[in-house]
Amino acid sequence: MIRADAVVLRYPNAPAPAVQGVSFAAAAGRVTAIVGPNGSGKSTIVRALLGRLTPEDGAVTLDGRALTSLSRREVATTIAVVPQREEPVFPMQVRDFVALGRYPHGGAFAGRTDEDRDAIARAVARADVAEFLDRPTDALSGGEWQRVRIARALAQGGKAIVLDEPTTFLDIAHEMAVFELLDGLARAGQAVLLVSHQLNLVARFADHIVLLHRGRVAAAGSPAEVMQGEVLERVYEWPLVVARDAAVGAPVLVPLRGRGTR
Amino acid sequence: MTPAASRGVTLWVALLVALAVAVTLGLAIGSVPLAPDVVWRAMFGAGDQASVAIVQNLRLPRVALGVVVGAGLAASGTALQATLRNPLAEPYLLGVSGGAAVGAVLTVIVGLTSPALLPLSAFAGAALAVVLVLLVARAAGGRADPRVLLMAGVVIGAFCTAAIMVALATAPENTVRGALWWMMGSLGDAQWSGVRWIAGYVAFGIVLLVWWGRDLDVLSLGEDAAASLGLDVERVTRRIYLTASLLAAATVAGAGLIGFVGLVVPAIARALGTRTSRATILASALAGGTLVVAADLVARTALRPTELPLGAVTALVGVPFFLWQLRVTR
Repeated sequence: MIRADAVVLRYPNAPAPAVQGVSFAAAAGRVTAIVGPNGSGKSTIVRALLGRLTPEDGAVTLDGRALTSLSRREVATTIAVVPQREEPVFPMQVRDFVALGRYPHGGAFAGRTDEDRDAIARAVARADVAEFLDRPTDALSGGEWQRVRIARALAQGGKAIVLDEPTTFLDIAHEMAVFELLDGLARAGQAVLLVSHQLNLVARFADHIVLLHRGRVAAAGSPAEVMQGEVLERVYEWPLVVARDAAVGAPVLVPLRGRGTR
Repeated sequence: MTPAASRGVTLWVALLVALAVAVTLGLAIGSVPLAPDVVWRAMFGAGDQASVAIVQNLRLPRVALGVVVGAGLAASGTALQATLRNPLAEPYLLGVSGGAAVGAVLTVIVGLTSPALLPLSAFAGAALAVVLVLLVARAAGGRADPRVLLMAGVVIGAFCTAAIMVALATAPENTVRGALWWMMGSLGDAQWSGVRWIAGYVAFGIVLLVWWGRDLDVLSLGEDAAASLGLDVERVTRRIYLTASLLAAATVAGAGLIGFVGLVVPAIARALGTRTSRATILASALAGGTLVVAADLVARTALRPTELPLGAVTALVGVPFFLWQLRVTR
């Protein structure tokens, strides 16, 4: 679905590229996660997928078509990106907010066709936000807000959804709910690309992990392949061990205290 | 009808009634008081000749200019607030109106006084001011901070005021309206020839903004979210700035600098329950017209026979509101 081939990304006027030759693929029906320390290039990749940064070299393709050859609206109807931060200054009703997901499909006065209504209804059901539809967006909790934003992204009707740190400010229950929702979307055939700091949760939910380090891929593969103490220790520059969680059987990263003294 | 829909209808009816009341009072009150029914008949040419002359030739141009100026300022403020994601944004505080005034004053001094061209030269000044304000804000630490942007706007606005003062001081006497007219705003010089053009420009600007209503909704989500929905952020932002500048410029050409209307009115519209940009723009246009006509009525009658500058009245209302808004804005 989403494919990056040896992509080089550089911010305007930056001396060095932030992403240097990164390749990955986010396939339909799978949760793909991009992880890595701060400054490893995760958000830069999201920026490129938003069309706000053009690759200096290499290519990003959607369904085999180069991202740069598609119009913005074509991109938006193929992949939906849920950016990391978003605070509406002027609250709107959740119903109207989710309906904005149909924006790339219509002109100035479009957006209320049967197709639009169906897509919105499906997105609302899928993200389970029906009970909030008549609330203003500033009357939602953090977890509800994330689900509403995911509903808007689903209303775009694309085959892929990209999320940048979707659970940063959420407590355990809401964080798990978001991950379960993303897992369900992948099982239903969506390509889910997730940028996250939550390595342990990613190890449980993702089918494929891409570990970035200073703008390059340090490791990529299944959770078992990527969750290796040696690699993670080098990438995160902190002593750590990878254990196997006794209860769920997933690899768990445990950072050590005081530079190795537990 | 659903409760939400009937609330919506109530809102529009209330806004229209308020506007009609303000217009009627604006036409009725003056040195020769007229009864409301006389006013309404005179507006359509019926009744005694003196009343018809007073209403149609003297008072109606002024009240019409007030409606148009209020609608233009309020719509401009709504668009700027959504685009900049900043409830404190409005053409006067952002220096846009000041830039427009410089453009207009320079044109008048040069000797071009065509009522069709004046709003356009004001527009050139306003657009230049927008560019300068954004550049200053970026240099001072980013326009993401609502206060930095505002500071840049106030600074550019002060510079424009100084430029107007210098230009007027060196202009030959009796060729231009006084500095007070430009700085503090007035509807006193309203004439049909000018009002028609200004109404045309304002209507054009509001139609564009309503047409782009969904773009404004998407843009108000923030740049990343807007980009994810396929909106060309740079291009759409540019044309909204230009349209908001045109609206502000037309009002400045017709009535000088009138502050705070673009700040207060969109907030009122939102408080009344409009949630989409399209509804907020239309409701603001109606409420803005009402507010300016009412403010002009206060300016004319509060200290009769002295007439207060219109901009002084709107500032007396607007500054406390601004301070309160500053407190609640993060």
